[in-house]
Amino acid sequence: MQYVDEFRDPALIRRTAAEIRALIDPGRHYRIMEVCGGHTHAIYRFALADLLPPNLELIHGPGCPVCVLPMGRLDDGLSIAEEQGGIFTTFGDVMRVPGRHGSPLERQSAGVDIRMVYSPLDALRLAEREPDRHVIFFAIGFETTAPSTALTLHRAKALGINNFSIFCNHVMIIPAIRAILDSPDMRLDAFIGPGHVSSVIGCRPYHFVARDYGKPLVTSGFEPLDLLQSIVMILRQLRDGRAEVENQYARVVPWEGNLPALKALADVFELRPYFEWRGLGFISQSALQISERYAQWDAERRFTVPGVRVTDPKAAQCGEVLKGVLKPQACKLFGRACTPERPVGALMVSSEGACAAYYNYVHRRAEVSA
Amino acid sequence: MRVADGLPLAQTEPGHEARARVRFQDPRIEMAHGAGGTASRRLIEGLVVPLAGVSTHAPLADAAYLDIAGTALAFTADSFVVRPLRFNGGSIGELAVYGTMNDLAVSGARPMALLTTLVIEAGLSTQVLEAELRALGEAAARHGVAIVGGDTKVVERGKADGLYITTAGIGRLDSRLTVAASRVQAGDRVLVSGPIGDHGITILLARGDIDLRADLQSDTRSVWPFVEAMAEAAGSAVHWMRDPTRGGVATALNELVRDRGLSIALDEDAVPVRDEVRGACELLGLDPLHIANEGQVLAVVAAAAADAALAAMQAVPGGEQAAIIGQVREERLRTVTVVSAYGGTRIIDMLVGDPLPRIC
Amino acid sequence: MCLAIPGQIVERSVDDPHVAIVEVSKVRRAINVGLLEDQDLVAGDWVLIHVGFAMSRISEAAAQEQLRLLAMLGEDEQAMREIESYAIR
Repeated sequence: MQYVDEFRDPALIRRTAAEIRALIDPGRHYRIMEVCGGHTHAIYRFALADLLPPNLELIHGPGCPVCVLPMGRLDDGLSIAEEQGGIFTTFGDVMRVPGRHGSPLERQSAGVDIRMVYSPLDALRLAEREPDRHVIFFAIGFETTAPSTALTLHRAKALGINNFSIFCNHVMIIPAIRAILDSPDMRLDAFIGPGHVSSVIGCRPYHFVARDYGKPLVTSGFEPLDLLQSIVMILRQLRDGRAEVENQYARVVPWEGNLPALKALADVFELRPYFEWRGLGFISQSALQISERYAQWDAERRFTVPGVRVTDPKAAQCGEVLKGVLKPQACKLFGRACTPERPVGALMVSSEGACAAYYNYVHRRAEVSA
Repeated sequence: MRVADGLPLAQTEPGHEARARVRFQDPRIEMAHGAGGTASRRLIEGLVVPLAGVSTHAPLADAAYLDIAGTALAFTADSFVVRPLRFNGGSIGELAVYGTMNDLAVSGARPMALLTTLVIEAGLSTQVLEAELRALGEAAARHGVAIVGGDTKVVERGKADGLYITTAGIGRLDSRLTVAASRVQAGDRVLVSGPIGDHGITILLARGDIDLRADLQSDTRSVWPFVEAMAEAAGSAVHWMRDPTRGGVATALNELVRDRGLSIALDEDAVPVRDEVRGACELLGLDPLHIANEGQVLAVVAAAAADAALAAMQAVPGGEQAAIIGQVREERLRTVTVVSAYGGTRIIDMLVGDPLPRIC
Repeated sequence: MCLAIPGQIVERSVDDPHVAIVEVSKVRRAINVGLLEDQDLVAGDWVLIHVGFAMSRISEAAAQEQLRLLAMLGEDEQAMREIESYAIR
């Protein structure tokens, strides 16, 4: 596969890993956060930790939309769909997320009409095909995914499809990064910036990280060579005492972002005053809601939302893990009360969550050898 | 995969009467319990085995072994539920024959005869039923397997997906082969008969929900020719076999390492995967090692005989892409790891439930 | 997180200017290219696909440049400075 296989080249990977070791100061501990859940997944999928020196620690950040979604939002979305006798549609990622009355998969076995879609446009097409049913698309994702929701609403409007609505859970990565930087127990040296989010928002929005907080940030691709090269770029900044925003993923990320996508976001969405993030709590202006102009396709305006709030068990230390203060396995529930099959906390829900990734790819090695 | 044929019941070992405790705590049966992964195993081991009176001393296998009047036989049953009923490269009628034949074959038995039970949803067109019966009959005839009886039931409309088929099969053990998890040793090689994931991805595409198109066919076929070729070339050096259906290669190998208490390391670049399967998996965030196959055999063979077994499989038509994909390791970690070309090692577990796209 | 995969445009739709058929490792799908309406996409172009939408046009030049600099890594300190200045623009 072009643009994939070249960036998994074993010889170049070994060479880049050697460069990382050459740049490392053995007397220093490095703590670098990969913000994006896709990076977390890639780091485990490609076993990149095996190539890194022990004093370079990768901290898994909050960029996993499924992980940070409060359970109550899912319950709200499901109950609207059920009440309307409608069809609940969402991405495969959400299907196993536990709600109070079960995950979408479990609700499906209980007879609720739930369909997994690959694209929000597929949900809209379903509404076209079934004009007598109401189709709700449970939208989830960061700035990468929000433009697809926006264009889907453009199309719904153009075609005049009225039996369709969006339950919007789109969140934004910048306020989450800021919340982590503002956290008093923050101990990070640098950030690997989210590559696909940046293909939409560009690199400028990260400037405050370097300017105000003095931390390097390198937007990165998702292949092994991308991540390793980003780490090289970060280590060079740290060695030289620089803090800059750099773009490793130039083949995909334009410095200014994607202007038509940003325009579509501005047209369809507005900022929510505040939104709850599982593990991080309420963060102001951190999420999107559908604007007045598209109110008729906004499930939250169109139907009564129960407003379910479900708090995570106190013993779950998701927030600390998210901020990089605690390693997944240090949480009291990890691997016992909280497993990928029966997740308690946010980060065990998706394979991109720090805890599930750690559990799936590393933990069993430790567990059985202990 | 939406519906499941689940795990086989355990093989019986006369003399073991001890019953396992009921440990299954899930409040109701979900689709995941039939998907061939950890939930299926929990259901079988925690509820079916303890209550259905099967011995718990033998690890779960593909068929039961019987000795009738001095003849060593393998006996198995499997149910087939697939939507759509026809797909590129196969249909439920063929699956029902090959699936049960393959369970016998990987137990080291030449398939001999099948019983066939049809559960038909009222309203199913005769044309469809006729096509499936024809496919079923032809598949059995092609491999010299007799269909010796069965049963037919019709259920109300809405109570079945058109057609469900259950087949029970009996086969004669090939005296050259002795396969069991307990025979697997450190140093043994892991072989696969061809590219993985074709069936699962073909079905995913055939459902049309994700609107992907590719020129891909299910690998639905009998694996007996591969088993026989290995029996001839490597005989008792073939230690274990399995047809990696639901849950894919990763799930089948994880079951083996858990039963046997060893580990397996797979060489990522050696695993044969077609471009189409890889493309669909990359688009949907799936792992080909978790995708179902219906015409592949996984074998663990003593190192000294691995090349001979491989050459024998490659000489069978349709086995050209057979490969040695890994080896059994001494570590008692009970893990399956995938080693990349640059030396990174990741654990690949059994599948939890169905493979779901991971995209947002 | 956002799974996005490179694919090559094999044809633009005649009926809908926002649709193109994109191929990823011999798998094809109709993809919405409305987010790249300012890019004049033609068959043969490579785009990054996410949930049925083309998010970004992939720059062959930038990809080649990255690989060239990686290949020199460890051999030429200057190379890494070059990539940094290139990346910052």
